[in-house]
Amino acid sequence: MTIGPFLWQLSTSLKGPADDIYSSTPRLFPSDPTLANFIEAATKIPILGFAANSSLVALLVVGGNIIGATMAGYALARLRFRGRGVVLGAILATMLLPAESTIVAQYLTVRELGLADTLLGVALPAMVSMINILLMRQAFLAVPKELDEAAIVDGANVWQRFWRIGLPNVRGMVAVISVFAFIAAWDDFLWPLLVLTTPEKFTLTVGLQYLSGAFSSNPRVVAAGTMIAFIPIVVFFLVLQRQFFRGVDAGAIKG
Amino acid sequence: MRRSTRPSRSATRCSPSRAARGRGRVVDRDTAPSDQRDPKRTEEPMSATAQAGGARWSAQAGGGAEGQSESIGASRPTTAAFGRARRIRTHSWFAPWLLCLPAIAFLVVFNLVPAINVVVLAFTNAKMLSGGTFVGADNFVRMLHDDQVGTALVNGLVYLAVCLPFLLVLPLGLAVLVEKKIPAIGFFRTMFYTPVVASAVVVGLIWTWLLDDRGAINAIAKSLGLITRSVPFLTDRWLLLLSAISLTIWKGLGYYMVIYLSALGSVPRELHEAAAVDGASAWRRFWSVTVPGVRGTMFLVGVLITVGALRVFSELFILTNGTGGVGGANVSIVMLVQMYASGFNGNLGYASALSVLLFVVTLVPLAVIARVQRRTEQ
Repeated sequence: MTIGPFLWQLSTSLKGPADDIYSSTPRLFPSDPTLANFIEAATKIPILGFAANSSLVALLVVGGNIIGATMAGYALARLRFRGRGVVLGAILATMLLPAESTIVAQYLTVRELGLADTLLGVALPAMVSMINILLMRQAFLAVPKELDEAAIVDGANVWQRFWRIGLPNVRGMVAVISVFAFIAAWDDFLWPLLVLTTPEKFTLTVGLQYLSGAFSSNPRVVAAGTMIAFIPIVVFFLVLQRQFFRGVDAGAIKG
Repeated sequence: MRRSTRPSRSATRCSPSRAARGRGRVVDRDTAPSDQRDPKRTEEPMSATAQAGGARWSAQAGGGAEGQSESIGASRPTTAAFGRARRIRTHSWFAPWLLCLPAIAFLVVFNLVPAINVVVLAFTNAKMLSGGTFVGADNFVRMLHDDQVGTALVNGLVYLAVCLPFLLVLPLGLAVLVEKKIPAIGFFRTMFYTPVVASAVVVGLIWTWLLDDRGAINAIAKSLGLITRSVPFLTDRWLLLLSAISLTIWKGLGYYMVIYLSALGSVPRELHEAAAVDGASAWRRFWSVTVPGVRGTMFLVGVLITVGALRVFSELFILTNGTGGVGGANVSIVMLVQMYASGFNGNLGYASALSVLLFVVTLVPLAVIARVQRRTEQ
């Protein structure tokens, strides 16, 4: 039930012109298998370019989140300082806002920064996500305090403790937030749709929508396009899924 | 938050295998006071999410720390030593701020400022290319007379009413099924999670093809003799909405399954065993042990479903090819925001007013959920 539609789409994308995709008795296995649809999707529309754009955005977002969220998560979990409650409260409060309700003003902010219609403009607002900060904070809170105390007695400064004790103990959560950040960046549709206007800069989601308009008469090519967008993210997830579900079992994720 | 944090902390204190004095004084001082202070001040308005999610988080964190520290008995002398030298400066005053700097910068620039700005913009006639001037409540008056806004609200409510029961219960059932540690279970988990990692656009395009007049679903139904003419899944006003809803449910199953999965670990196994000994059927145990056990998480999931249903965009946009369906009868609020905010003559003022509406509309069911939760806890 859950992966059937994907298989069906994969099968459509591999069907050659001799296959009757509209036949009254649908067949899963193509009788005239071909990769021509993929080639057509890749040449008529710069779908590989879209994929490269999406990868760049995803890379920026994943990198930004790993750095920003681990640093802030560590400080909020492990260091006592005046104003910590205020920062934590502001983070929680922004999670109440549906992202879509601030999107208009966010667009103006990005435009004022001169980043409208750029990939950096697409990536920037998502580069430090508040939920990831909270997840990292939870992970750091679970690291035994005794380790920190021992390090303090040994004279380790805060950076050494962050780097040598904190980080190695939260690698599972880093995997989880990487998956979240990657999926969020790769899947986002509304935001790049607003920010990007030049077709060459489209990310995959926006490009696919464009593709489905241009090739609405040929579902085989559209299917090939969706597979080009779908396969990398599935591979990425399969690589990380063991760690991801281990994090889930440990009660790491609550939304 | 405070109420439910306490058991875990007292459990920590009672733990016998601990150099409890040193830890209780030095270490707890680090988190406990602020943990009690912060939520009081900051989380009150969002008690639904905070209590459901936050409480569990900290309970879990406490449990985890406890479990792990059992094994490092060697650190006891260290803890004691640290207790004596309590005045050691552990970090400079600016270190935490430096660590938080990126987060705070993003928080302010991309969350707080836009949130304020969108409210200001809602009272102007700002266009894409011009700044706009103050026009009072004009945008909100216009909204009252805008038929599409009414349609979008109706669609959102239908979406919510259908999604909520299905997504509240079905993923929990799935989570129970894949919780068992048996071989190949990872395969099933991954399979259920696949639709989540696929983007809404990809999923939407796949479903467009499946639901097409000549697509697989109609073809199969015809060949089985169930129907003689194609069902207009994508062109009928209500069928289209139902198609989008089933897409959302299909994609949401895996997502909420994972959330439930991580909550199931905290349901005491003994309860299940006791119920089984008493002769309760698997079905009975699901309703009487599992469901109450994850009630807190259920509220969190309810909040997420609600917010998700009211801000639906991609599914409807893709299934209708950006048109909002025949006569625009299948628009959602976010689709209207997008329509008014894009293009060179985009009406940013009106789009902002619609954004404010979205926010307000989302708050109402959240308040209801928070109320229900408070009542069930008493």
